[in-house]
Amino acid sequence: METINIQGLGYHEINERLRKTAACRLTGCCGERFLGAGMDAGELTIEGVPGNALGAYLNGGNITVYGNAQDAAGDTMNAGEIIVHGSIGDAAGYAMRGGHILVKGDAGYRAGIHMKAYKDKVPVMIIGGRAGSFLGEYQAGGIIIVLALNGGRPVGNFPCTGMHGGKLLLRGCWEDISFPAQVTAQPAEREELEEVRGQLEAFCVAFGYDLSEVLNSPFTSVTPDNGNPYRQMYVMN
Amino acid sequence: MEIEGQVRIPSGCAIAAVISKEGRRMPGSIVSEAMRPMHERSNGLGGGFAGYGIYPAYREFYAMHMFFDCRDTRKSCEAFLKERFELVQSELIPTRKMPSITGEPIIWRYFLSPFPSLLRSLQLDEKEFVARTVMKINAEIKGAFVFSSGKNMGVFKAVGYPEDVGEFYRLEDYAGYAWSAHGRYPTNTPGWWGGAHPFTLLDWSVVHNGEISSYDANRRYMEMFGYQCTLQTDTEVITYIMDYLLRVQGLSLAEAASVVAAPFWSTIESKTEHREKHIYLRSMFPSLLITGPFSIVLGFTGGLMALNDRLKLRSMVVGEKDDRVFIASEEAAIRMMEPEAEHIWAPAGGEPVIVRVKEGAY
Repeated sequence: METINIQGLGYHEINERLRKTAACRLTGCCGERFLGAGMDAGELTIEGVPGNALGAYLNGGNITVYGNAQDAAGDTMNAGEIIVHGSIGDAAGYAMRGGHILVKGDAGYRAGIHMKAYKDKVPVMIIGGRAGSFLGEYQAGGIIIVLALNGGRPVGNFPCTGMHGGKLLLRGCWEDISFPAQVTAQPAEREELEEVRGQLEAFCVAFGYDLSEVLNSPFTSVTPDNGNPYRQMYVMN
Repeated sequence: MEIEGQVRIPSGCAIAAVISKEGRRMPGSIVSEAMRPMHERSNGLGGGFAGYGIYPAYREFYAMHMFFDCRDTRKSCEAFLKERFELVQSELIPTRKMPSITGEPIIWRYFLSPFPSLLRSLQLDEKEFVARTVMKINAEIKGAFVFSSGKNMGVFKAVGYPEDVGEFYRLEDYAGYAWSAHGRYPTNTPGWWGGAHPFTLLDWSVVHNGEISSYDANRRYMEMFGYQCTLQTDTEVITYIMDYLLRVQGLSLAEAASVVAAPFWSTIESKTEHREKHIYLRSMFPSLLITGPFSIVLGFTGGLMALNDRLKLRSMVVGEKDDRVFIASEEAAIRMMEPEAEHIWAPAGGEPVIVRVKEGAY
């Protein structure tokens, strides 16, 4: 694996070099934007703090960050995997429609905003810690899982605002979290957890958790209420 | 030249700040360097800094930093000041000639103190008198702008990228216990010297990333109390709101934060603590709710307050190391100031982060 110390390099130059190598480790990262943007394949390991829009439009391959990621990681990603061994900033997985984002720590505001799915493409984002407010805002597809493994409430205020597709799974029973009237929150069925077992296993392997312990808890499943859809958000037309 | 509308000009802006709770003084270059990894958040149309504790030799005097368009304006403004203040020092602010900073006005500073006899006859306290003088100069003396007017603090701002502005003003020559910084990417208002951040009044300074959609409502309300917005940028009104709420109305910092970034009524309903207080503040100052995206750092004598809008439409992270606290739009900026920074966290929308220097250390 090639190692590049990127101090002093611009993101354009860094991405040019990344495109020429199948496996690469970047050291000395401090806020460089667009790392791995549009990558189709290969392995990218990042030490330090990558800048905004990490792995934007990612189309394959793996990005692993040993540190925290900033805002809009995985923006509009289509395939591939982003693994963050720290926390992740605001708007993680913005409009992603495929691939996986695994975060060991917390997520900022608006994680999974506008997440969607298409045919066989079902994006999955797993947050090991807690998520900020407006989690899954306008979610149209895909699956967001918040584990809150270090305790505390898994989400801030106004989760699932505008949600009209996909699913949110919260580890634990959370009857006191208020959701919009257009979604339904209920205890997750065993089959729902089976569906995401593979991704949860990948999460546990990545961060050294025991899958059976993670699953040894009730989960709350939140999905759009098909009987009460958003009929009129703004004006009659 | 294509203008906004023909082409999308994306907006960003960057802020950063550092404070030592022990009151240890740090060179201004620390925040200037922190702006480098956030270069793309600015577009070269404004950069600026506020430093606290930088003028200990003149700590009893108001440090007035001013832009003048020409020598005649300076002369007439100086005559105006001399009728109201004792001027103990009057000098050019030292700058470094740089190819990236051009078109500078005359950049001057005065250390001054209002005549006590004048204060007595006007029946005004010192701060109110200085604030009114700043308003008068900015609104009425053409070509003269006060951009800093506090004690033992000063603002340095220009049209340019912040890291260049820091070099231009030789910030490494100043030492302060707290610094804030701003890189500008103006989208709605002109990029000019007076429009760079921080915006100040007395010892309040505000750096702001975002744009406030309630600007005109806020501005009109503040005009009722003698505040005039003359600098063509929304952030200016935030500074005056803070002066009004904190100095004139005597609110605490947390209360002022609850006015400008008021929780939603639904959130207030669900609160178990201080519910009545939030209801009171929202009812009492509805015109001072600031809507639209913002992350700001408010500087004041002895401390800093960081605050996001209640929807948290802009990023902001906080970190710590020993006695220092760091605030920035991006974690990378904090790592520039302190690679080993700890407890990196992102405050929730509307949740103020208030850091004070220990009593007696500033």
